[in-house]
Amino acid sequence: MEAAMKKQLSITACQIRMGVIEGTYHAHSGHPGGSLSIADILAYLYWQEMRVRPEEPDWPERDRFVLSKGHCAPALYAALANRGYFDIGELQTLRHTGAMLQGHPDMKGTPGVDMSTGSLGQGISAAAGMALSAKLNRKDFRVYAVLGDGEIEEGQVWEAAMFAAAKKLDNLVAVIDNNNLQIDGPITEVNSPYPIPEKFAAFGWNVIEIDGHDFDQIEAAFAAAKKVSDKPTAIVMKTTKGKGVSYMENQVGWHGTAPNEEQYHQAMSELQAELSRLQAL
Amino acid sequence: MMSEKIKKATREAYGDALNEIYPDFPNLLVLDADLAAATKTGTFKKAHPDRFIDCGIAEGNMIGIAAGLAAAGNLVFASSFAMFAAGRAFEQVRNSVGYPHLNVKIGATHAGISVGEDGATHQCCEDIALMRSIPGMVILNPADYAEAKKAVRAAAEHVGPVYLRFGRLAAEGIFDESDPFTIGKGVQLTEGKDVTLIATGLMVGEALGAQELLKNEGISARVINMATIKPLDEEIVRRAAAETGAIVTAEEHNIIGGLGSAVAETVCGCCPVPVVRVGVNDVFGKSGPAKELLVKFGLTAGNIAQAARQAIAMKK
Repeated sequence: MEAAMKKQLSITACQIRMGVIEGTYHAHSGHPGGSLSIADILAYLYWQEMRVRPEEPDWPERDRFVLSKGHCAPALYAALANRGYFDIGELQTLRHTGAMLQGHPDMKGTPGVDMSTGSLGQGISAAAGMALSAKLNRKDFRVYAVLGDGEIEEGQVWEAAMFAAAKKLDNLVAVIDNNNLQIDGPITEVNSPYPIPEKFAAFGWNVIEIDGHDFDQIEAAFAAAKKVSDKPTAIVMKTTKGKGVSYMENQVGWHGTAPNEEQYHQAMSELQAELSRLQAL
Repeated sequence: MMSEKIKKATREAYGDALNEIYPDFPNLLVLDADLAAATKTGTFKKAHPDRFIDCGIAEGNMIGIAAGLAAAGNLVFASSFAMFAAGRAFEQVRNSVGYPHLNVKIGATHAGISVGEDGATHQCCEDIALMRSIPGMVILNPADYAEAKKAVRAAAEHVGPVYLRFGRLAAEGIFDESDPFTIGKGVQLTEGKDVTLIATGLMVGEALGAQELLKNEGISARVINMATIKPLDEEIVRRAAAETGAIVTAEEHNIIGGLGSAVAETVCGCCPVPVVRVGVNDVFGKSGPAKELLVKFGLTAGNIAQAARQAIAMKK
């Protein structure tokens, strides 16, 4: 990837992270840890990979995005706002009574949200349904879903995995955010879904393993996925939960806790410093 | 002009109606979970294999697939037994279809005790209660073959989620092709002034039988076919309460949460009169021939007539 593009994507990912902190701080709740771990992949998807029209969110030919790990809505909302789907000021009303931005994505209320999600395991099925629709109706849109590594403990994920392979949905990409932590602790201690790549391979998927914070690897993975026919692709990406905020990184306690005022200012100053560093590159 | 009244299971109407409506709904897709022969979607599969998707034995995923297909603009009928469509996949129906109000129709066959020999694990008497509790869900429980076919078309025309409840047992023909069908409208089948029998599905035939039994005793019973359980035709219930002063409900479902509950809730809120509920009395089913089970579980014309006498006695 060219340096200029990498710089721009890094800046965008940093802005998404700032949006995550803005949203969860003003909500006094929400899920910052897993939102921060997917900021880079969202930046790549919405600024490089997907064909979308923010000014026409329901454009029928658009690529679809399903946040199967719906609790990481703060990252999705920050990406959509920065991409121009709605005013960035909305982020400060996340989870407020009467506000547009619900605790989990609501396709009927928020422009750019392609599927209502939040109950784990269900988004990947809907994403497979969308991909199947493209096949049946001879459309060339692609469908992208992001799942948590804890989420794949849900049996429905594997029902959907079996289905997507059986129906040869090569227009479907599932990204597994392997940050290794779920609410109750490390995923290996709760109910280990490992080995993840082998499981998807056994279900008949094309599997690619990457570092989810490395734009070169992200770019290569999505390019490779496009070249595979007759199989869906699983991109299993190693990430750091809480990425970009020093005191949140790899701390399970930040799965579903909002920063207080002091923590908010610290997080924002860290991210602002990173943003300035990136802009000076 | 009267056309023939057909005695067939309502599930047969499901398969036949899907074939009939397809030309009018080119975006129609039919999903099943390895039960196409039993739900009768096999009829559609045979005629239109490119518009049929077998999702295998994975009902939760099937509902999610249906949601994704509907979100991309398709009209989707997803089919399984009531136990698995409403029961196993309840939360998928609630969160992936109901909450985003997607255009998914759930074709649920083998509802109620008349499943017969398969027994309790497959005799779903809780589905109406489950589906009623989902905001925006329409519930249709047709009484016979002709009405079931019309319900399928009405469901296709309606924008939003619909739960269609069909039975395995052949149902007596009550309606013919010329009878109208409107979602949300009950149909009065007989005049009556002493009591109203409000029935749904297979119990409509039994309610008509009860009306005959009561007539012989000098009791005038109004019979209403309530094919739409949600949204309930509150006006026809209100009129029944005001004009006959006593109501009996009859359904092949638990007496908790189904038609009886819906009618009682309405009556309590507007015009309190006795409401006696005939249904499966909060127990699990058993194996046996369907018709014997209907007797065993108290779902006959005789049971409805007895409930009517009870309701009338409470008026005094």
